[in-house]
Amino acid sequence: MSAATSVGPVVPAVPGARRRSRGRWNAPLVAGLILFGLIVLCALCAPLLTSYDPIKQDLTNAFLEPGSKGHLLGTDSLGRDVLARLLYGARVDLQVGVLAVISPFVIGSLIGLIAGWFGGWLDAIVGRVVDMVIAFPFLVLVIALVFAMGPGTTSIYTAITLVGWVAYCRIVRGQVLVAKEQEYAMAARASGLPTWRILIRHLLPNVLLQAVVFTMSDIVLTLLAIVTLGFLGLGVPPPTPDWGTMIQEGQQFILDKWYMSTIPGLAVVLTGLALALIADGIVEKANR
Amino acid sequence: MTTEPLLEVRDLHVDIPLSHGRLHAVRGVSLSVGVAESVGLVGESGSGKSLTLRALLGLLPRPARIVSGTILIDGEDVTGLPAKRLHRRLTDTMSMVFQDSLTALNPVMRVGEQIAEAPLRRLGKSRGEARAIAIDLMNKVGIADPERRYELYPHELSGGMRQRICIAIALSTKPRLILADEPTTALDVTIQAQVLRVLRQLKQEEHVSLLLVSHDLAVVSQTCSRLYVMYAGKVVESGALLDLIAEPRHPYTFSLLRSVPDPDHRVDRLLTIPGQPPDLSQAISGCSFAPRCPFAVDACHHQEPALEPAGAAGVERRSACLRVDTAERWSEMVAEEAVSKQ
Repeated sequence: MSAATSVGPVVPAVPGARRRSRGRWNAPLVAGLILFGLIVLCALCAPLLTSYDPIKQDLTNAFLEPGSKGHLLGTDSLGRDVLARLLYGARVDLQVGVLAVISPFVIGSLIGLIAGWFGGWLDAIVGRVVDMVIAFPFLVLVIALVFAMGPGTTSIYTAITLVGWVAYCRIVRGQVLVAKEQEYAMAARASGLPTWRILIRHLLPNVLLQAVVFTMSDIVLTLLAIVTLGFLGLGVPPPTPDWGTMIQEGQQFILDKWYMSTIPGLAVVLTGLALALIADGIVEKANR
Repeated sequence: MTTEPLLEVRDLHVDIPLSHGRLHAVRGVSLSVGVAESVGLVGESGSGKSLTLRALLGLLPRPARIVSGTILIDGEDVTGLPAKRLHRRLTDTMSMVFQDSLTALNPVMRVGEQIAEAPLRRLGKSRGEARAIAIDLMNKVGIADPERRYELYPHELSGGMRQRICIAIALSTKPRLILADEPTTALDVTIQAQVLRVLRQLKQEEHVSLLLVSHDLAVVSQTCSRLYVMYAGKVVESGALLDLIAEPRHPYTFSLLRSVPDPDHRVDRLLTIPGQPPDLSQAISGCSFAPRCPFAVDACHHQEPALEPAGAAGVERRSACLRVDTAERWSEMVAEEAVSKQ
């Protein structure tokens, strides 16, 4: 490593220097990234992978089984191609899932950072609000909020942000409480840097890792919430394809056409698995 | 000293609130540091020396707080300033070097950027200027090949290098006084010597004053010209380094010096100080060192001694001991007692 081979009165670098480059990849991370990459690729290339319009109805060809001629995964009750709906649905669900995680992540982390750093009454108020939100189950609160605001993507974003920020706030606040007693935070204060600078440049990069790891599992949770909302008819309004809506539509025919709900269900499971693997991989990498 | 001292602290009290009552950790410390002077603050763990230092920059760990005290910079009382201006004034004048360089550096920021940060953000330099200042400072603290080391992260450097980086960061605000909190305790002895040499050079070349906190008399005696000895949250003795070592005027200093080996004075046995420091959450009657003092008399347990001029050495010498007049015979008294025990 660089420090060890240099001139001057230097003791060889601490072992951490080499470990960093070695621990860059691990099995869960690679597997998760490949799987998630494939899913994203499928969603992006949807028009190339299928020639069907996901919302075009064809009642003469309804209820075709998977493997039918021209329809790899069959058609639904309105004769729409299931593969096309699945691929275009991935676009909608992934986009909403990722976007719906960004704003709670940003807002929650910032509130946690500020509450943890300044403490006092500010921290007390934030703490109470967080406790109040956490007292309700995530899904129940999201469903109630979307129900109150009416279905649609804006409602979903707003509801998930209102409920989701507390998790990030708690994680970041806890980390800040530890980090601000560290000497580097004191050293930054001792050199008289402005507070915002200390917070953004010195504390944030050191406390964000846990929040980033949580983001991965949070996307899974959010995806499930979106699918659940779709299933309950509160999600993306029809006829836009969405996995939750597809599961719900298939549910009426579950006894003789089991695959109608199972195929989008599998897509949800696979996406969740990919994200969970990525989260595990990041944790493992960080702990090495 | 005829001119105003650079920094003067008067009657500083620091409390740590506990679930039951409060711990009176710093109990009326007064000290001063002159321009381009190196001053040592020694004492054992828990004597309040680090808290005193941190209180000066408003960096007390929670829940410790300053109860009272006055800080004067160039003879001007700054304690009354509004919080923001006070912080600005203090950080303009002083910077701090911490004990553990690994935790004192931001682990996710290149060391060079950490040095360049204050010039860039506080002194209003451009990016290029700040970088040049940082590299110049790295040279000053004895870092070879600073251009390349600028790009490294803290974990890629050795302990001695990291502490040099910390000193460079402390210098980056152009302070007139560096507060060093056990800067060499986490280092090997050879690296200690190098870091102390850097601190001494800074004093000579840059005329930066130094207030060094340490429990290690050897470290202090290599660096400082004047000493304050702290015990149980108070300064018990102060004076020029050589006077203080040659003729201690407080039994605590006396015992402390007798408990470390001295190559010039062979003794058969090193002295230990019996007992433990007092519990600072309780009120202390009389001299805080009396229960452990080999020379204590009845009065010591009831009457609290003031820090008063002591000895023939003149004004700079102070001691808080009721029995200071017997100081010249302390060595004999200890020897006699050892004989009578056998």
